[in-house]
Amino acid sequence: MGKVFAFHGGVHPPENKKQSTRTPIAQAPLPKMLYIPLQQHIGIAANPVVNVGDRVLKGQLIAEPVGRISASLHAPTSGIVRSIGPHPVPHASGLESDCITLETDGQDEWIEHQGLQDYTRLEPSVLIEHIRQCGIAGMGGAGFPTDVKLHLGDDHIVNTLIINAAECEPYITADDMLMRERAADILSGIRIISHLLRPSHIMIGIEDNKPQAIHALEAVLKGCELNIDIRVVPTKYPSGGERQLIQLLTGLEVPSGRIPADIGIVCQNVGTATAIHRAVHFGEPLISRIVTVTGDAVAKPQNFEALIGTPFADLLEAANLYEGRLFRLVMGGPMMGVTVAHDQIPVIKTTNCIIAASDEEMPQAPPEQPCIRCNMCEQVCPVTLLPQQLYWFSKGREFDKARNHNLFDCIECGACAYVCPSSIPLVQYYRFAKSEIRTEEAEQRKADHARQRFEARQARLEREQAEKEARRKARAEEAARAQQSRKNTEAEKAQSASDSAAPAASAAPDLKQLKTAAAVARTKLKKARDAFKNAEDKGLDGIDALRATLTDLEQKSEEAEQAFKAAEQAEAAAAAEKGVDLKQLKIDAAMARAAVTKLERALTKTEDEQARREMETELVEARKKSDALNQSLSEHSPA
Amino acid sequence: MSLIRLSSPHVYKANSTANVMRLVMLAMLPGILAMTVFFGWGTVIQIIWAGLLALGFEAVILKLRKRPVLFHLNDGSAIVTAMLLAVAIPPFAPWWMTLVGVFVAIVLGKHLYGGLGQNPFNPAMVAYALLLISFPVEMTRWTAPFVLNGDGWQIAPFLDTLKAIFAAADNLWYDSFTGATPLDEIRHRGGLTTEEAWRQSTVLSQGIGAWHAVSAAWLMGGIFLLYRKVITWHAPISMLLALTLCSSMFFGFDPDNYADPFFHLSTGATMLAAFFIITDPVSSATSNRGRIVFGASIGILIFIIRTWGNYPDGVAFAVLLMNLAAPFIDIYTQPRSYGHNRAKKGQGGKA
Ligand code: SF4
Ligand code: SF4
Repeated sequence: MGKVFAFHGGVHPPENKKQSTRTPIAQAPLPKMLYIPLQQHIGIAANPVVNVGDRVLKGQLIAEPVGRISASLHAPTSGIVRSIGPHPVPHASGLESDCITLETDGQDEWIEHQGLQDYTRLEPSVLIEHIRQCGIAGMGGAGFPTDVKLHLGDDHIVNTLIINAAECEPYITADDMLMRERAADILSGIRIISHLLRPSHIMIGIEDNKPQAIHALEAVLKGCELNIDIRVVPTKYPSGGERQLIQLLTGLEVPSGRIPADIGIVCQNVGTATAIHRAVHFGEPLISRIVTVTGDAVAKPQNFEALIGTPFADLLEAANLYEGRLFRLVMGGPMMGVTVAHDQIPVIKTTNCIIAASDEEMPQAPPEQPCIRCNMCEQVCPVTLLPQQLYWFSKGREFDKARNHNLFDCIECGACAYVCPSSIPLVQYYRFAKSEIRTEEAEQRKADHARQRFEARQARLEREQAEKEARRKARAEEAARAQQSRKNTEAEKAQSASDSAAPAASAAPDLKQLKTAAAVARTKLKKARDAFKNAEDKGLDGIDALRATLTDLEQKSEEAEQAFKAAEQAEAAAAAEKGVDLKQLKIDAAMARAAVTKLERALTKTEDEQARREMETELVEARKKSDALNQSLSEHSPA
Repeated sequence: MSLIRLSSPHVYKANSTANVMRLVMLAMLPGILAMTVFFGWGTVIQIIWAGLLALGFEAVILKLRKRPVLFHLNDGSAIVTAMLLAVAIPPFAPWWMTLVGVFVAIVLGKHLYGGLGQNPFNPAMVAYALLLISFPVEMTRWTAPFVLNGDGWQIAPFLDTLKAIFAAADNLWYDSFTGATPLDEIRHRGGLTTEEAWRQSTVLSQGIGAWHAVSAAWLMGGIFLLYRKVITWHAPISMLLALTLCSSMFFGFDPDNYADPFFHLSTGATMLAAFFIITDPVSSATSNRGRIVFGASIGILIFIIRTWGNYPDGVAFAVLLMNLAAPFIDIYTQPRSYGHNRAKKGQGGKA
């Protein structure tokens, strides 16, 4: 036995595990209808491969995975596909989602299936593909497709395999009973996993409140060739959290935002190990699992081996539900489970527990009182966060600060809310803050996209502008040349004049239009801003929609403004080009005039014959030049 | 079938603010008992009087603020504040002083800032500091412990005490029951060395035992609170350690002019402050590390104010000063979270 480390915090809620361990695992009765959700795992929902009306056999593929992170689904028993469509599913949102509805025929007729002969001789990729074909997803927590975790060997060096048998949530005993009754299957599954991952060390982490399970495991481990350690950890919630268990067993912390494989560790749940065993040795896909049905509102709390898709109602009935006593139906444990509003919700691959709680057992939380900063929440947080600070930030919508205080490392274990003397539903605040931040980020991304699009457009417009400019310059040069030879024909002159006037004339109305458009956009934006501010102040619904409109308008207004400015600049540039000519001309003319006057004055003062004659010729030249300039000036100045 | 949908967790520890407050009151009993035994009925009368006033003020202001009156009165926080103030002021303090004190604590110190959980300062200490500044004479006239009265176990009778508090009592009688505290004696020893002051002062040579006993009683209550996990060790232990360290240093260096560490720990409001005042969750730093810094700073400030300051006991001012610094301490004492290499300091920037 190696050293067991500790993690910060944790709580000791009443265990309530005895109720459901009095009888062995029972086979749940075959329900009339099975509802098999297409999405039972993290990743993309599976794609149905059967049609309504088809008869399917037990173990037959009914939906295939889509993409790498997805899992296939199989018929849990023989029967007829009745429909494929929305049905209540076990999800925190309470929304419906697509399910395959299977009407069972009671024959439980298997499709032909067989295990792999000797998996140790197979290529790992073939073995993993077989496991993938059997639709195995993690059965302890979020339901991550198992084959993906087994592939990790390629990109990561795995040195430690951790089998999670902690089962720290109160009430749940599914893994406990599985270990007591099927320890050999678990070991067989561990062998397969270790064959694939080749870890140097395997640890089974189990809480010390399961002595019988520990015993059973020890018994099958005797003489086992693998390097397996059973590590008994103190009973404390949430020691079964993946990251907490890793810390308990190895003293290592998984860096924030990384996965355990990044530090050479892979975790698998005991249920998953069993499922792998059945898949490899018997070719059975994952079509059933062990579910604890417990709570004060059932007369016979116990564990059932239930088919995936079995409605909760059937299991509750099998455990003798007292209808009148039922107050809240929880799926999962009392600390992290979600309440369901509907008893037709089916068992899925990750359903480990159903608690039919009475009012006294899980009463409504007392009303929220002011936080007294008692710090009890910090004492119990397994992630060493400051739950109280996160609460103030979430409540005050200071999301940046919440994120800076590592809000996203919160595992929503509920330990802080459990101890809070002021009955503040802390986890709800964190969920709210997280979803707000995610929405904000999505919007930010959208806005960034829009900005990029806008900038690209802007660049294109500028390019076009530059090309136009070049064209106009060429035209202007031509016009200048034409001016040189303007004495040739008056017609040519007229032509060139209309040429240079044309673009200016066509630009004018354009500019005006653009200006109006920009003003209109500005007004619209202002109105939307006011509406948004108003809605925000009053906390009205539909804020998100408003925000989206606002971003949209902001962008439009900016575009209009930019377009107007660009046009204005273009015109100014055009005008400037023309202006420079005119100005230069004026200056030249004035200088010529001045030169003439100067010469005239000098002429009157000079006595020398030779100098006078020279001056006179100079004066004639100067007069000529001045006249020419004046002529051209009068031609070019606007009438 | 329609069932309610609720957020996790679905179970809660049987634990409430009112419960926490009740435990604090329970933990104060030994201290109150010791004070009554050694200093007479004054403490008990003050507690009852302050408690009634606190409930009254709290109810009125809750009503004015349109809050559910009973719901909040039930949390017991007003009574705890009143009790802390009542044990901090001299047992013979006149009734109107308590009234002013409770008013300041509940109305100004707590509700003006938004009520329970929002006050940046410890309300009882705000009131205490204000009384000390406004009525220095009354606030420093402590009942002399009975051991000083020479002829055995005599404390002022209950009715006389009541009269002394609620009506202007006969001055002569009153004077014979009041005296300075050990901290006063040490500070106002003139040119005497500590040793000489000790020998000459009746308070120090005879009455000190009573103060030790009261301190021990507060300590007991504090241990109870630690045991019941109402408070954590961080602030009290670091405060006591800091005070011990400072006083040892100065005492070791110059024993003639400085009091010994044991004297600092066992007189005045040291123990009361360590376990009942600086552990007030609302106005202290929040993280564990923060509370260590918070407590240690108070310990140092207490030593400084007691030794070189002008007031008999530094506790109230030390606490208020650090209350002011608590938010700042919080920013720099974020703990290192799981999976992060370093603790974050400060709040700026994006994570
Ligand atoms: S446990 Fe509750 S009351 Fe105490 S600090 Fe945390 S949030 Fe505030
Ligand atoms: S819910 Fe989050 S903040 Fe609360 S104890 Fe668990 S990890 Fe910490």
